[in-house]
Amino acid sequence: MSMIEVRDVSMRFNMAKERVDNLKEFFIKKAKGTLKFEEFYALRGVSLTVERGDVYGLIGLNGSGKSTLLKIVAGVLKPTTGTAVVRGTIAPLIELGAGFDMDLTARENIYLNGAVLGLEPSFINEKFDEIVEFSELREFLDVPLKNYSSGMVARIAFAIATVTRPDVLIADEILSVGDFLFQKKCEQRMRELMSGGTTVLIVSHSISQIERLCNKVAWLDHGKIKLDGTVSEVCEAYKQLDPAAAAEQEERTDKHE
Amino acid sequence: MSKLKPYIQDFWRYRHLLHNLISRDIKVKYRRSVLGILWSVLNPLLMMIVLYVVFSQIFHNIQMNRGDMQVNFAVYLLTGQVVYNFFAEATQTAMSSVLGSAPLIRKVYIPKYIFPLEKVAFSFVNTLFSLIALVLVLIATKTPLHPTVLLFWVPLVILFVFNFGVGLILAAATVFFRDIMHLYGVLVTALMYLTPIIYDVSILPEWALKIIPFNPLYWFVSMFRDLVVYGNMPKLNAWIGTGLSAIVALVFGLVLFKKTQDRFVLYI
Repeated sequence: MSMIEVRDVSMRFNMAKERVDNLKEFFIKKAKGTLKFEEFYALRGVSLTVERGDVYGLIGLNGSGKSTLLKIVAGVLKPTTGTAVVRGTIAPLIELGAGFDMDLTARENIYLNGAVLGLEPSFINEKFDEIVEFSELREFLDVPLKNYSSGMVARIAFAIATVTRPDVLIADEILSVGDFLFQKKCEQRMRELMSGGTTVLIVSHSISQIERLCNKVAWLDHGKIKLDGTVSEVCEAYKQLDPAAAAEQEERTDKHE
Repeated sequence: MSKLKPYIQDFWRYRHLLHNLISRDIKVKYRRSVLGILWSVLNPLLMMIVLYVVFSQIFHNIQMNRGDMQVNFAVYLLTGQVVYNFFAEATQTAMSSVLGSAPLIRKVYIPKYIFPLEKVAFSFVNTLFSLIALVLVLIATKTPLHPTVLLFWVPLVILFVFNFGVGLILAAATVFFRDIMHLYGVLVTALMYLTPIIYDVSILPEWALKIIPFNPLYWFVSMFRDLVVYGNMPKLNAWIGTGLSAIVALVFGLVLFKKTQDRFVLYI
């Protein structure tokens, strides 16, 4: 059964040469007929199907439309044309800690962020210890988040986002948070979710990570799918793009671990 | 009805978010203040005292009486203020609610009407606290109570709906045109003077009496005063004035918001 069904999606952004966000300019420009935008397609006719249990990777250079596609699947952006259907519950790990309030304590933020993700308070009560345990920040629970380091915030956020057993997990570069030990822990948690039947759509610049985690990959280039298929086939082709850069990137991500 | 079902389910799923956001606002507002939530009672009280002192100097002979009923000026002021402040605070915070939640809207899917709704609900909570101030003043001035006072919540609930409608319109419009924010501040002040908060309608000139029925707040204030101060059941025109403005604002707000909400993320 397909869990994510993206059909012929295009996403157009109007890049105003000058941003018009006040009434006076708007009416003057409209009257003059100079209210023009430069159109920019972040995605053009993209279709992909992710089956249940797939770990689907998206690769591509900066600006190729990966994140836009993820945001469309997560429901943050509405495509200009085409449809994106997701079956079941989604846990979006697009940017961690969406909805954290820096003035509130970690404890309060766990409930707030849980509610942002549409979780029941009773469920969070039940899982509270698990979240705290995973983030390893028990002694700082009643400290306002503004006094946390960014790594600590990311730990809490990752712990909340993955405490559910979502049907679909959407992840954008999330495994690059925190220190290397925590990254390992995150990857471990992702694997647990996957083996529990969660379907994953993941964006990463680390080819080695994609190769480790995914079973299918799509390569996006200038808003179109250049190649999709099995990991080895797509990743090999992608590395051909610039063997030196690919090798260098490999090395860099290896160093991180 | 079946068309509404997904919306109701969506709302039900995010009701905890609404609750969490309201309690966040309350916590953040009063964190680090010694008196904390007591300020919600003190603030309208102090404001009323300022207005009382100023305007009892200006109007030497304050006539707020209806028929042979003596109405204390402090009570008259505060009842008007409670209603007006609910409107002003709710709509002004709702106006910038979508813009203010930009980081959230860019990252996760949340039904976006939650943001203006939350601000209106938060102002409603504040209003309920300011009612404590009103009770204190009613007691202090020995104002006689009438059975109609039990219906004090009716105009406030209708006003809630009206505020939500206006809030939706403002929030959506502000995303595209930031000017609204500056413009609305002036409008709200103008509306204050067009609403009988510090004065009685009887002092108004002929031309002003013709405009005032078009000010929805006039109907809300007079309905609230009728119930709480004068002990009258509001007349039919007050019910129409409040009810109609609430329904029109809500329907227009919902339609406008729904039409534009998918483009919010591109402009915030």
